[in-house]
Amino acid sequence: MIGAMLNEAWVSMWANRLRTILTMLGMVIGVSAVIIMQAVGQGAQQEVQESIESMGSNLLMVLPGSSTSGGGVRMGAGALSTLTTNDAEAIEELPTVAGAAPSVSDVAQVIYGARNWSTQITGTTPSYFSVRNWDFAAGAPFTDTDLRSVTRVAILGKTVVDNLFGDENPVGKIIRIKNSPYVVLGVLSAKGQSLMGRDQDDAILIPITTVQRKLASNQVAGSVRFIMVQVKSAEAMPKAEQDIVDLLRQRHRIREGAENDFTVRNLTAMANTAAETTAVMSLMLGIIASISLLVGGIGIMNIMLVSVTERTREIGIRMAIGARSRDILLQFLLEAIIISIFGCLIGVILGIGGALAASGMTGIRVVITISSILLAFTVAAAVGVFFGWYPARQAARLRPIDALRFQ
Amino acid sequence: MIGDSVPQGDNEAAAREVASGPVIHIRNLRKEYTSVAGVIPVLHGLNIEVMPSEFVAIMGASGSGKSTLMNILGCLDIATSGSYLLNGHDVAVLDRDTLAHLRNDLIGFVFQGFNLLPRASLLDNVALPLVYSKVSREEREARANEMLGKVGLAKYRDSQPNQISGGQQQRVAIARALVNRPQLLLADEPTGNLDSHTGNEIMNLFKELNERDGITIVLITHEVEVAAYAHRLVRLADGHIVYDGSSHEGAMSKNPTEYSAAVHSTS
Repeated sequence: MIGAMLNEAWVSMWANRLRTILTMLGMVIGVSAVIIMQAVGQGAQQEVQESIESMGSNLLMVLPGSSTSGGGVRMGAGALSTLTTNDAEAIEELPTVAGAAPSVSDVAQVIYGARNWSTQITGTTPSYFSVRNWDFAAGAPFTDTDLRSVTRVAILGKTVVDNLFGDENPVGKIIRIKNSPYVVLGVLSAKGQSLMGRDQDDAILIPITTVQRKLASNQVAGSVRFIMVQVKSAEAMPKAEQDIVDLLRQRHRIREGAENDFTVRNLTAMANTAAETTAVMSLMLGIIASISLLVGGIGIMNIMLVSVTERTREIGIRMAIGARSRDILLQFLLEAIIISIFGCLIGVILGIGGALAASGMTGIRVVITISSILLAFTVAAAVGVFFGWYPARQAARLRPIDALRFQ
Repeated sequence: MIGDSVPQGDNEAAAREVASGPVIHIRNLRKEYTSVAGVIPVLHGLNIEVMPSEFVAIMGASGSGKSTLMNILGCLDIATSGSYLLNGHDVAVLDRDTLAHLRNDLIGFVFQGFNLLPRASLLDNVALPLVYSKVSREEREARANEMLGKVGLAKYRDSQPNQISGGQQQRVAIARALVNRPQLLLADEPTGNLDSHTGNEIMNLFKELNERDGITIVLITHEVEVAAYAHRLVRLADGHIVYDGSSHEGAMSKNPTEYSAAVHSTS
C-alpha cells in the first residue's frame, strides 16, 4: 500500500518537476539558512567563549581612579597614577584573592639581528602568568629574584616570536629593547584575540621593576597602570571586590564620603555580557532563518492546495473505485512530506557547504554540529507535515460525487 | 446492522452471502437538490429491483434523473429519502469508509469519459482498485495482467492512456472495473465518447461478460441501439419510471403504453 503510494507520489511529482523543484527550493533555502546561521552563531559563541577562557577566570581589574581638577574638570579612569606595586602586593595578601599582578606598559621598538618589530612591552610580576592562566610554549617565566634584582629578561608572545625569530628558537637569545639587551627566558603559548579584538600574543613581558627603573622615562616611580586580580572562586567575587575597595581606601587614606581614587572592574561580568550578547545574536539569527523555513512551509501548502484543486477529478476517480478518505489524505500528505524531506536533505548539504564556503572566504569561524542539523531536519519535516496536512485534509474531505463532476 | 463494517478479509464471503437476493433493491427512492432557487426534486420515489446476472439499461433524456440515479446506485451520492439495499446492505446507514469499501468490493464503474489516471501505465490503472483493497503487489500485477488480457490489451500494459485509442481506453476502464471481481458493473454512457463501431465492440464485451461470467450490469444510455444489448430496459422521464420491462418492446417505442402497476402507484 505504502509502496504503491510512494510510487504514485513520485509519478505525480515527476510529472510536475519544475513545480516540485521550486516548492522544494523554499525548503532548501529555509533549511540551509538555518544551518548557516546556526553555524555562524555558534562559531561566534565559541570564539567569545575561547576569548573568555584565554583571559583567565574570576578576574577583577583595578584601575587608577579619575581625578577632579581645581576647575571641576574630571579626568577618566586611569588618568591618575594612584596605584603602586605595593598596592598589588597588599591585594595579593587578601584571603579571597588568589593572585594580583600589577602591570605597566609601553610601546617600544624591539630588535633581533636584522629584524625589528614594534610591540607592547608590559612590565609585571610572575603572578601575571597564573592570573591570566597563560602557559609557556618554551622556556620558563621570570621569578621574584629577577624582580628584586631588576634583571633584563623578557618573555615573548607568539606573534613577536614569529616576527623576530621566524623558525629559530628564541630561548636564550638576546634581543634589544630601546637599545638595551634583554635575554629571552621563555615563549608564551598562543592565546589569539582578546574580546576587544586585540592580538594578545603581540606582547613582551618583562619584570615590572625593570620597566619602572630602566625602560620607562615618564612614569611616576612605583606607579602601575592597572592591577589584574584573580579571585579564588566565582562566589567570592563580590566579597573580593569589597575587600579590595576597603583595603585601597585605607591604604590611600581616603576619608569617609570622599570619592575613590581607583576603580574596580569585574572582567568576568564583562565577559559574561559579551557571551550573552553573542548568544542573543545567535538566537536572532536562528529566528530569522526559521522565518525562511516557515515561508518554505507556506510554499508547500500553497502548491499542495493547487495540486488538490488540479487533481480533484483524479481524487473523484480514486474515491469511486474504493479509496477511503484516509487513503487520499495519506497520498497528499506523503507528497508534502517527500518534498520537505528531500528539500531538507538538499538544504542540509547546501547549508554545510555554504557555511564552509563563507568561512573559507571571510575567515568567520563556523561551527556545524550534529544537533543543529538534526534540529533543522526535524523542524523541516514537522513543517512539511503541518503545512501538508490542511491541503491533504481538504482533498480527503471532498465528496466523491463533487470530485468526479469537477471540471 | 449489516453495514457497520464490512470485514476486509471476507470480500468473497460477503459477496456470496446474499447472492441469491437482489443486487439492487430500491424502494420509494427520492432525491432533491437544494439550490438558491429552492428545492429541486430530481427523483420521485423510484422502485427498482435488479437480480444477479441481470443486464439492465436505464434510458432517459438529459434531465430525466438517470445520472443522479446512477450516482446513488454507485454509492457516490446518497438519496434524500427512501431505501437502497446494495446486495442486502442498507447504504443509508453506512459511513464514508464503509461506502468506499463497498464501491471497491461490490461495484465496478465504467464512465463515459473513461476516467483513467493519465500518468499511470495501463497496468497500474487496472491494478488501482486492488491497491485500496490491500492486495499484495505480486497479486495486483498478476490480476491486472489477467484482466488486461481478457480485454485484449495485455501487450499495452506499460503504455499510458493517451497512447491508445478511445475504444482501447474504455476496455482498460472495463478491466479496471472488473479486476476486483465486483457483483455489479455500473456503466454511465460507456459508448458516449466512441464511434458506433467501437461502441458495438464495447457493448459486445459487456454482453459477453454478462452471459459468460454472470456479472450484473446496469448501464445508462440515451441510445436505443445500445439499450438493445440489455435484456431489461428502464425508462426514466422527469424523475419517474415510465417503463420497466423487456428491452425489445420498450426500446422501440418512445411512448410506451406498458406501465408497471407497482411503479404507477408510487410515482
